[in-house]
Amino acid sequence: MPWCFHICIDECSLCLQKIQEDLNKQLLENLVGFLSRSHSDFQEKTTEWTCRMKFREIPTAALVLGVNVTDHDLTFRGLSGILQDNITPYVALLEAKDCPGIKNLMQKLMGQLMKCDIDVDSLEDEDCVQVSQNRIRCSMSSLISWYESVKKVCCCKKRNSSSRHWQSPPVVVIFKDMESFTTKVLQDFIVISSQHIHELPLVLIFGIATSPMIIHRLLPHSVSSLLCIELFQSLSCKEHLSTIIDKLLLTSQFPFKVGEKVLQVLINIFLYHDFSVQNFIKGFQLCIVEHFYSQPLSVLCCQLVDTKKRACSLSHDQCENIRKLPSFRRYVEKQESGRQVALLTNDSFLKEETVKLLEDLHVYHENYVLILRCLHVFTSSLPKYPLGKQIRELHCACLENRVWETEEYESSLQLARMLNKTDLVTMLQQCVEILMSSSGKEFDKTSEKLKEFLTQFQNLEASQEQDMSVLSQKELQKKTDLYHLQKTLLELKESRRSKKLTKFEMLRFEVVDYIDSLVRKYLIPADDRTLHEVVYFNTASVLREHLNAAPRTALHTALNNPHWYLKCDGGGISNKAPDICIAYKLHLECGRLINLVDWLEAFSTVVMAAEEPNADAASSDQVDDTIHARFIRAISELELLGFIKPSKQKTDHVARLTWGGC
Amino acid sequence: LSLTETRSSRSLQVKFVPDEDVLKHITDDTGTKVRKDKAQLSVSVKRFVKKLENISDNEAQEILEEKNYVAVLGICAQGIMRNGSNIGGGEVYSFQTPKRSNKMSELASELACTPERNVTPDPSKCPEKMAKTPQSNKHSSSNKVQQRNEKKEFVSTTPYRLRKRLGAPDPYLESESEYSASCSEEEDEEEQKEVNTVLSDQKTPAKTKAASTPPPRNSLAKKKKDNLVEEYFEAHSSSKVLTSDRTLQKLRKRRLNQQTLRDLLKNAPVPYAAEIRDLNQQHESLFSKWMLQLHLGFNIVLYGLGSKRDLLEKFRTSLLRDSVHLVVNGYFPSITVRSILNSITEEVLDHIGTFHNPLDQFEFITKRFKEDSSLELYVLIHNLDSQMLRGERSQQILAQLSSLPSIYLIASIDHINAPLMWDQAKLSLYNWLWYETTTFNPYVEETSYENSLLVQQSGSLALSSLMHVLHSLTLNARGIFRLLAQHQLEKKDNPSYPGLSFQDFYQQCREAFLVNSDLTLRAQLTEFKDHKLIRTKRGADGVEYLLIPVDDSTLTDFLEKEDEDV
Repeated sequence: MPWCFHICIDECSLCLQKIQEDLNKQLLENLVGFLSRSHSDFQEKTTEWTCRMKFREIPTAALVLGVNVTDHDLTFRGLSGILQDNITPYVALLEAKDCPGIKNLMQKLMGQLMKCDIDVDSLEDEDCVQVSQNRIRCSMSSLISWYESVKKVCCCKKRNSSSRHWQSPPVVVIFKDMESFTTKVLQDFIVISSQHIHELPLVLIFGIATSPMIIHRLLPHSVSSLLCIELFQSLSCKEHLSTIIDKLLLTSQFPFKVGEKVLQVLINIFLYHDFSVQNFIKGFQLCIVEHFYSQPLSVLCCQLVDTKKRACSLSHDQCENIRKLPSFRRYVEKQESGRQVALLTNDSFLKEETVKLLEDLHVYHENYVLILRCLHVFTSSLPKYPLGKQIRELHCACLENRVWETEEYESSLQLARMLNKTDLVTMLQQCVEILMSSSGKEFDKTSEKLKEFLTQFQNLEASQEQDMSVLSQKELQKKTDLYHLQKTLLELKESRRSKKLTKFEMLRFEVVDYIDSLVRKYLIPADDRTLHEVVYFNTASVLREHLNAAPRTALHTALNNPHWYLKCDGGGISNKAPDICIAYKLHLECGRLINLVDWLEAFSTVVMAAEEPNADAASSDQVDDTIHARFIRAISELELLGFIKPSKQKTDHVARLTWGGC
Repeated sequence: LSLTETRSSRSLQVKFVPDEDVLKHITDDTGTKVRKDKAQLSVSVKRFVKKLENISDNEAQEILEEKNYVAVLGICAQGIMRNGSNIGGGEVYSFQTPKRSNKMSELASELACTPERNVTPDPSKCPEKMAKTPQSNKHSSSNKVQQRNEKKEFVSTTPYRLRKRLGAPDPYLESESEYSASCSEEEDEEEQKEVNTVLSDQKTPAKTKAASTPPPRNSLAKKKKDNLVEEYFEAHSSSKVLTSDRTLQKLRKRRLNQQTLRDLLKNAPVPYAAEIRDLNQQHESLFSKWMLQLHLGFNIVLYGLGSKRDLLEKFRTSLLRDSVHLVVNGYFPSITVRSILNSITEEVLDHIGTFHNPLDQFEFITKRFKEDSSLELYVLIHNLDSQMLRGERSQQILAQLSSLPSIYLIASIDHINAPLMWDQAKLSLYNWLWYETTTFNPYVEETSYENSLLVQQSGSLALSSLMHVLHSLTLNARGIFRLLAQHQLEKKDNPSYPGLSFQDFYQQCREAFLVNSDLTLRAQLTEFKDHKLIRTKRGADGVEYLLIPVDDSTLTDFLEKEDEDV
């Protein structure tokens, strides 16, 4: 494993962290705003607050987080971190599994609050607040008295040092998984704390996985009216995924890339199994690990600046490895004979060439991403989305094979030729923006061209207006009767067939053809590029095996067809197969209950035949001890595997626990 | 009406289509494309396709979708998967109607004469076998057709030659008298079917009505063939099971105990020893990779047939010798999460003191590991899916434990339903990487603690512990326990014996001058309960019943030993 692996994986996780932060930023900012608002009211005792006090309403944020429950942890961690930094030290995170009753809830709540309090001013006055957790009677009143005491301490401190927290910071209680809390516990807690809201500035945050409706389903009106709920919606997991793919895969920032099949597997696990972005990221990290572990040339998979250095330090063996790459062989075959010899024999020449090729690859990827985005601008607005709505689908299609040879591409071009002008213009503008955003000079010409198209469209508009006015005047003068109408319609039809295209149509064709030419030039699948093996990870089977394993299938194969593992020829089960396989095979023939005696005899018939094929079966009607023992072992193993269990329905019988299997 | 018509024609027709063609059609990507290259089959093939369309009005879409799904997941595209079997989930362990009672011995004799090399199955002779091989690239859509075929074949599979052979030398099968009455009737029916083999199933229903056994496969099943679910319930509706009545006692076979079993197995030949060794070496080559992945925050779970204990042991001895590690034998019958946590806090963290509950303990562990970043712990768990650890709470705690960044978990699972233990949340905590390690090693250790069927339970463990505990008690306490044991032995023939009620027990103890008050007896009983010597149960009438949770033979042994001592 190359040492540079760590650099790559660190870069990846750093970038991911940044993406996550950015994604949650908006949501968290909103939340923080909400919290500080609700709490500033308390501070200033404004009319609104007093008004709310009358109704004893608790300010509540309902945070809709989506179905991917496993990702919530991360959000909450970020949230509580930010809250503790900016708003209040008093944040408690509650989970349903810790709070089966109101007592446990209070215990947990107070435990967390007091602990965080100790963290804040452990240095100065420990004896003041630090009370052993066990001694406190967990009730609202003790919570309030605790709050009073810490507030005082805060006030004293505030005088000499301006803290980032407010004078009387609110107490934030986060219910991580609101749906799984018992209704009773929630109700009790809300009712009790609403009684004390004027003494204890409490703010609740509900983490919701389903829909905000659940609040009203869980809580009766009398309770939910005690809450002043504000709704916050987090990014849906699909959007989240799109952002990750956008920032992680569709950039030239990372040297490491995933191939089409791998990406498909990752996306499918996401869409069909868990909707978990965390798992997607985990899969991506696994790709990196596998790539660096299995591909010796992954040394070269690094940032462009380092490429030269690394290529120069390649050993002879590594050069040989390069020569063995299929994509490199193809490349060599295309060269003239003199260069061929040099490439295959001269290491230093090879290294130079490698650097050049890798640079090419890098440039290719940069261009690829830009053009892909441009194409996506077009395809994402076509009716029925022949090439997919999301950019990831388009990306997969382009990686898979030459996209311009597919039917979907054909049909999307057809559709693009029917776009109206305003759409076309906005799309072109978007494309220009995308191309301008790139730093390279490659696309200066292209964007120039596109801009030219745009100006042509504008000119067209001016000329067309004139045409239109003339036409309409003519039209008005005419008297219409049925005969004439028919005639004109027919004429129109004729003319449409034969008529020269209007200027707009000509231009539209030109634009689409130009886009098409760009696609053909830049969206070549990565597999066709030389040295793509260095940076692309393509073994999807490994990924599937480790992330989406099928233990039952493996067991089934091993039992039904041990030869597959034991590397002998032959199909089904012979009489020399491992004992457990024979016993398994025999038990498949039985119904719900299996008579052990029958089983034993059948087993011994098979095993005896294997040992002495010529012996007469009748000579040994008594089962040999060893075979008996082997049988016992086999069935106790089957029991361990969960295929059978002892049954009391009939003596010496076992019950089958699986059905079928053949 | 038309539906039933097509159906009946279908069941008549299916017979003529060889399985190969069925498979071909089903594996065909479009599902309905016909290959007409086989001239002699084209007629039936066409019809078959029509039927397929009929059947799959609603299924086809589903199947196609599933196929797409499977395809995109990379199975089909990948060509060679490592475990080589492209079987859909429903295929592996689906519902199926039970088979006949003596089918097993038939298969046995068939297998017995299946020599090692001669295994290419002739599709015309044993089509069922064809269906069994997992490589056959069929999708669940084929299930139905297959099953329909099977039903037909059920009549025709038993080749005549096999029957003849079965009839002659097998002494077990001859003993008709040993079968239940229902069984022999089934036999009759079978004979009947054999006659009807060629004529298909038009005659059988009349016969099956005569049979007392409820699940006559031909008449009823014919109507409900399509409905697998109904078949399942049909199979389970009757409590009557057709198995022979023979018992092990009649076999005049002494029961083996654990020790002799082990000795016998030592001498048993190991098939494919070399291949198994190769297989294991392959797995061992992954060790360094595991190490790396553990350090990257993944945890590793091993699955596949065969004991993975040796493999993990080898991993431990070769790579973990110099690091702190904890081996958990999950198969051990008295292992608990608490004991795992205890060994972490006491042995690894050198903490003296106890905790209120596992959660506190876990929090303590978390804190310690967070404080000291140099602390690293490898946890190896053999059989994470064992009886004791598979509970929801245990798994939750283990999952949380494994999610700590400096605790590296590597575990093995064996049970077929083991993955069901984990929900989405636990899976994300565990952060598993799955490794298939099929070793074909016997589960020696894992099964030795199990109350194996057939193995004579010596009960030595329970007996010694009984003696041990009782020796440390007072004479009176021993007397009390004896009284209870004797009472239980007297009632051993009564299967619904609830235990001795407290009041009666108290009376008896008083009469034997063992206790003088209700309270002293209670105190004694509490002591027994603490040592798990007795169990109390409240009856329906609210009376407390006392029971010794040890089997009768052990109890007899115990009383004998006690007598010796006294």
